[in-house]
Amino acid sequence: MATDGVDKGRRRFLTATTAVVGGAGIVVAAVPFIKSWEPSARAKTAGAPVEADISKLEEGQMVIFEWRGQPVWIIRRTQAQLDALPSQDARLRDPKSTNTEQQPSFAQNEYRSMKPEVLVLVGLCTHLGCAPQLHPELKPEPFDAEWKGGFFCPCHKSRFDMAGRVYQGVPAPSNLVVPPYSFVDDNHIMIGVNAEGAA
Amino acid sequence: MMANFLTRAGAGLQDWFNERAPTFGPFYRKHMSEYYAPKNFNIWYIFGVLSMVVLINQIVTGIFLTMHFKPSAAEAFNSVEYIMRDVEWGWLIRYMHSTGASAFFIVVYIHMFRGVMYGSYKRPRELVWVLGMLIYLVLMAEAFLGYVLPWGQMSFWGAKVIISLFGAIPYVGGALTEWIMGDYLPSDATLNRFFALHVIALPLVLLLLVVLHIFALHEVGSNNPDGVEIKKGPKGNRWSPAAPADGVPFHPYFTVKDTFYTGFFLMICAFILFFEPTVGGWFLEHDNFIEANRLVTPEHIKPVWYYTPFYAMLRVVPDKLFGVLTMFGAIVILFFLPWLDRGKVKSWRYRGTGFRVALFVLGICFVWLGKIGAGPGTDPVETIIGRFLTALYFGFFAFVWAYTYFGWEKTKPVPERVTTHD
Repeated sequence: MATDGVDKGRRRFLTATTAVVGGAGIVVAAVPFIKSWEPSARAKTAGAPVEADISKLEEGQMVIFEWRGQPVWIIRRTQAQLDALPSQDARLRDPKSTNTEQQPSFAQNEYRSMKPEVLVLVGLCTHLGCAPQLHPELKPEPFDAEWKGGFFCPCHKSRFDMAGRVYQGVPAPSNLVVPPYSFVDDNHIMIGVNAEGAA
Repeated sequence: MMANFLTRAGAGLQDWFNERAPTFGPFYRKHMSEYYAPKNFNIWYIFGVLSMVVLINQIVTGIFLTMHFKPSAAEAFNSVEYIMRDVEWGWLIRYMHSTGASAFFIVVYIHMFRGVMYGSYKRPRELVWVLGMLIYLVLMAEAFLGYVLPWGQMSFWGAKVIISLFGAIPYVGGALTEWIMGDYLPSDATLNRFFALHVIALPLVLLLLVVLHIFALHEVGSNNPDGVEIKKGPKGNRWSPAAPADGVPFHPYFTVKDTFYTGFFLMICAFILFFEPTVGGWFLEHDNFIEANRLVTPEHIKPVWYYTPFYAMLRVVPDKLFGVLTMFGAIVILFFLPWLDRGKVKSWRYRGTGFRVALFVLGICFVWLGKIGAGPGTDPVETIIGRFLTALYFGFFAFVWAYTYFGWEKTKPVPERVTTHD
């Protein structure tokens, strides 16, 4: 190749601009492919709020609703279960619900709920998303001699109390999630809509 | 007359190709008939070829499975049952694929262990090792994606657990898991994209990496049980005065040997797939014969056996993010083995006792952790043992580095040539 009279500066400029424009083109062209993996409009619609009727929910019972494909538990706690909650504080990782990602602000209280007796939780273990089981009785269990009612995850043995607060020394890092919800009236809960309005 | 005609036709065809593609002949000779491999290969040296055999099995059976499988959450489970019950010979093709998956990991784990035993990761073969590790990584992803496809309970909950590992990443974790799943939980969208990745994207990557792995090996030549470089030894053998004296042509000498062992290997595989295809729940887990139900968690969620050593590490670490880092770290640290081990002697035949003991301990750790990871995880004593074994696993790498860096290793003299030369 003849190299006489080559403008090196011009050649470098052209090489650099071609590389930059080409690189930018690749990045921009990648956007649709990456975005195509996000939840589709259909998936988002399926994630709309769900209304739960709790008029037939007796004391000590649990019902499971489905919201965004996740099990949402609604439990009407007994007075004995509520009274036992403070006694567990010393054994818990986050007794005061200071991790604000785990519940809306209205549930950052000792019961982790809007109304003390009605507990609403996403029924998925905060460790790896398994479904913990409800063990509501205040009696010694094989996995905990001082059990005051709560949830036990069969996958990796994480334990939570009757407010969904995680015990110390288990793999789950944080309390069970309280989903956004609001009371339509005394017997109906809208899951997925915060009292403040946002979903 | 006829023979004469055929000879001339054959020579003519060869000329025709040589004129148009003059590099084909040298390419074949470089990788097959004039690739001189050490003559002292032992049985540990069949597992590379066996993994190729399994790879071909996976591709062929996989192609035929896609002809009947439906990659949708509503139909996947039933389409697999359809393959098993109604498709002519479908059960055989699926069991070949599922047995092949476990067989793949068995031969790859032995192949990797061989590499550590004989120091095949050492200079000048670091690139071969790194490419091999990449193959292992892609293979793990490929197997995970494939395990999700039948959409049984273990498919669903295994996917949920593995994907939620990415949720441990600070700040972006939540958005990242939604992006991977295309939904708020493993769903139709997830299954559909995992199918695409499993049957197209990752197999292409895997094939490319296998080709690079072999090319990189053929540049530097194979190691051997004595860990001596035959290229640095005397020259001249029956086939070429310039070739290493201790090398024999890969084809036909090792192709014949490998074919013999492949037959033996296929007999074992055939026994499994005809008589015990689930291997008592180890190759195909019992819970995966129940259709996925997102509201019911199986009592024990555990991955297939080839992930359980790493899964055990995840489980025994009490902190989520640190557990995930430990698990991935256990794989990542293998990439750095060629640079952590600074010893010049390759084969454990001539290495210090410390290395031989450490490698033995590493093997025990790996198997024992695998057993813990496959268990229910209820025993607190087992958790303590698991932590100890995890520490020992990482301890191997720390030990090997210190052992070789500070010159504590007392090696034996390495022979000039492979020990079996005549």
